[in-house]
Amino acid sequence: MRLPAPRRITVAQVLPGLAAAAVTAVILGISFERSGDVGAVVSFYTSFLTVAALLAIISLGLNIQWGYTGVFNFGVAAFFLVGAYTAAIVTKAPATAGFENYVGGFGEDLNVVPALATDQWFPFLVALLASATICGVLAFVLSIPTLRLREDYLAIAMIGVAELLRRITIEEHGLVNGTRALGGIPQPLSGLTSNADYKYIMLALALAALLLVFVALERGVRSPWGRVLRALREDELTTAASGKNVYAFKTQGFVLGAVIMGIGGAMFAFQSRAISPNTFTHFFATFLIWTMLIVGGSGNNRGAVLGAYVVWGFWQATQLIQTYDLPSVIALRISFIRDLTLGALIVIVLLLMPRGLLPEERRVSIWAERQVRRLRRPPRDGPDAPAAPAAADEAA
Amino acid sequence: MATIEAGRERFRAALRDYQRAAGGFLTGAGLWLLIGLFFVWAFFQHRDALVTGLVTGSVFALGAIGITLIYGILKFGHFAHGDSMMLSAYLAFFLVSGVIVGERQDTQALPVNLGDLPGAGERIWEFSFGYGLLLAMAAAAVIMAGVFIALDRAVYRPLRRRRSGIVIFSIASLGLALVIRSLMLIFWGADPRSYTRGFRSSFDLLGTRVLYDQLFIFCMAMLLMAAVYLLLYRTKLGKAMRAMADNPDLARISGINTEQIVLWTWGVAGALVAVAGVMLALQAQLKPEIGFIVLLPLFAAAIVGGIGSPHGALLGGLIVGAVQEVAVSTDFPLLGEVSPGYKFSIAFIVLIVILLVRPRGLFGAKQ
Repeated sequence: MRLPAPRRITVAQVLPGLAAAAVTAVILGISFERSGDVGAVVSFYTSFLTVAALLAIISLGLNIQWGYTGVFNFGVAAFFLVGAYTAAIVTKAPATAGFENYVGGFGEDLNVVPALATDQWFPFLVALLASATICGVLAFVLSIPTLRLREDYLAIAMIGVAELLRRITIEEHGLVNGTRALGGIPQPLSGLTSNADYKYIMLALALAALLLVFVALERGVRSPWGRVLRALREDELTTAASGKNVYAFKTQGFVLGAVIMGIGGAMFAFQSRAISPNTFTHFFATFLIWTMLIVGGSGNNRGAVLGAYVVWGFWQATQLIQTYDLPSVIALRISFIRDLTLGALIVIVLLLMPRGLLPEERRVSIWAERQVRRLRRPPRDGPDAPAAPAAADEAA
Repeated sequence: MATIEAGRERFRAALRDYQRAAGGFLTGAGLWLLIGLFFVWAFFQHRDALVTGLVTGSVFALGAIGITLIYGILKFGHFAHGDSMMLSAYLAFFLVSGVIVGERQDTQALPVNLGDLPGAGERIWEFSFGYGLLLAMAAAAVIMAGVFIALDRAVYRPLRRRRSGIVIFSIASLGLALVIRSLMLIFWGADPRSYTRGFRSSFDLLGTRVLYDQLFIFCMAMLLMAAVYLLLYRTKLGKAMRAMADNPDLARISGINTEQIVLWTWGVAGALVAVAGVMLALQAQLKPEIGFIVLLPLFAAAIVGGIGSPHGALLGGLIVGAVQEVAVSTDFPLLGEVSPGYKFSIAFIVLIVILLVRPRGLFGAKQ
């Protein structure tokens, strides 16, 4: 009798968990070592996790675009910025003070029913919807000239869009208050707790939004629709030959990703309370997200989330290190060294681990999983025993 | 039902024919006419801006020709090009002045540098720099050629061996762009710097003031473009490069050592990048952030001219540079004055327009 060979655990299998554990340990360890107070650590970790969750939403948006559809978007900052600013000007009160100029300010008008405490949640839902819609429309408009062309043309066009939008926020002083930043953005459900405890509510909201987006996306990519996206990413001609409208599906993937980025951007605005054009630099709002996706594993939603956690953890760790008494050579350059490491990380991951920490699964399909499970089930007796399904073509 | 379908089909065909006829004019003769009209109009209305634009444009052309070479032969968009330009500008700056930021971000100069050579700082003719800068530029060109070849060995060749998609190459080059940018910030800090201080002499050309430095930049760019043209069309290496751009597999089976051609391409691109970087910094200043954003006009120039075409890159660069400068000095009927902050965004608008009307560019091959 042959025993089944013991399952070998490979490095690749433990690496994702290891990376997450290492990041968590470093963050908790350093913050505890510096403060010596559990309360401070919890509070720090809460805000860390909140931002990580929000960046993970944006990373998921990029994953739909790049990981599943194969649309090469180097202008994540564009949707991030539009989402955040839209949410801000929808929820804020109209500009009053002379030194603050911005359009919009519908927060008070959206307080529709005084009884249900609508001011606590309704404007924010409207803002999320507005952010998502505007990002979607923007993506659709951009897709018209660029999506039919070579994929790297889209990348350079998106860099241009991100730069143009950032320039507009800087140059048009009356639009969103220019470089003086847009502050005092209201926060959802802020009336429930004291100011000090609000961060837990924000964390809950961020995690809820992440979960919602994650579940919806998982459902989407494991459906026939998601299979078409993956197919056209691999080979547009073959997909077109099997009767799919490649351009339409590509547009859908691109727009959906932009919508998710808009939602992430809106939540980011609520979390940070103040946004300025300097928040949405190419480095922070585009390349950081790309690093997250590449490190985590493009084409895998769990990878996108893990990547966001690990990379944001690394980012925060470099901030924590600054509290130590470092030699000034390093202390004055720590942010540059961090950027250097992130850039190198992209290259190293592409060379050594091109599929990221959590590689794409071989089967991304609820239907196919069900078929496999049915085949593996031991055959039962009786007329209703499921026969091995004929090689049914995937009804995509 | 069938008749409705047929009617719809007829309508679609008619629409397609109409689009083809209307688009044909706009993408062919009409586009050239538009470009010609723009230059004539700019010559009479905005001569100062046009001259500045042509000088800036010649720098863009130098950068774009590197992008178009890499695009043509290696088939990917090199997103580290702008940052490499800035890095080589800093390298030349370092070689000629020895300046590097010290432990506390203060400026320190190495005791030994090219600027200390006898008479290296003395101004040549009416230019604002001496032969020290030219030496530094030549050295930077050699260094950058080496850097590009080393990066190809370390990063791009393994990807090529693995037959990665072109987009993976672009993402890798983006990672390298980040690395290069951070290196500049680590060694030279974020403060803007410039090669020369003080007065820059100028002369009068058709009623506009032109700096002698601008003349130098323009002539240098034209000279190098001519050299690249000769290299591509008059040498065996150039022939092999063009063959490889046409069809890499065919080039390989006809006995061309494609790996060697790739190395030559990186070497030539590196040397061009260094000169372009020094020119860019000479006509403006040294600033790490410019490195990334200058990608927009560079790619716009390469795509306007048509990917893979050296003379296209030249014309594309001049067009993008001129449009940029003229646009920020024009009072538009609806928009009013365009703030100079939008300069690089205008390159992007040129890019979008060309992608809409003629995606293959002015001299690009028909697909």
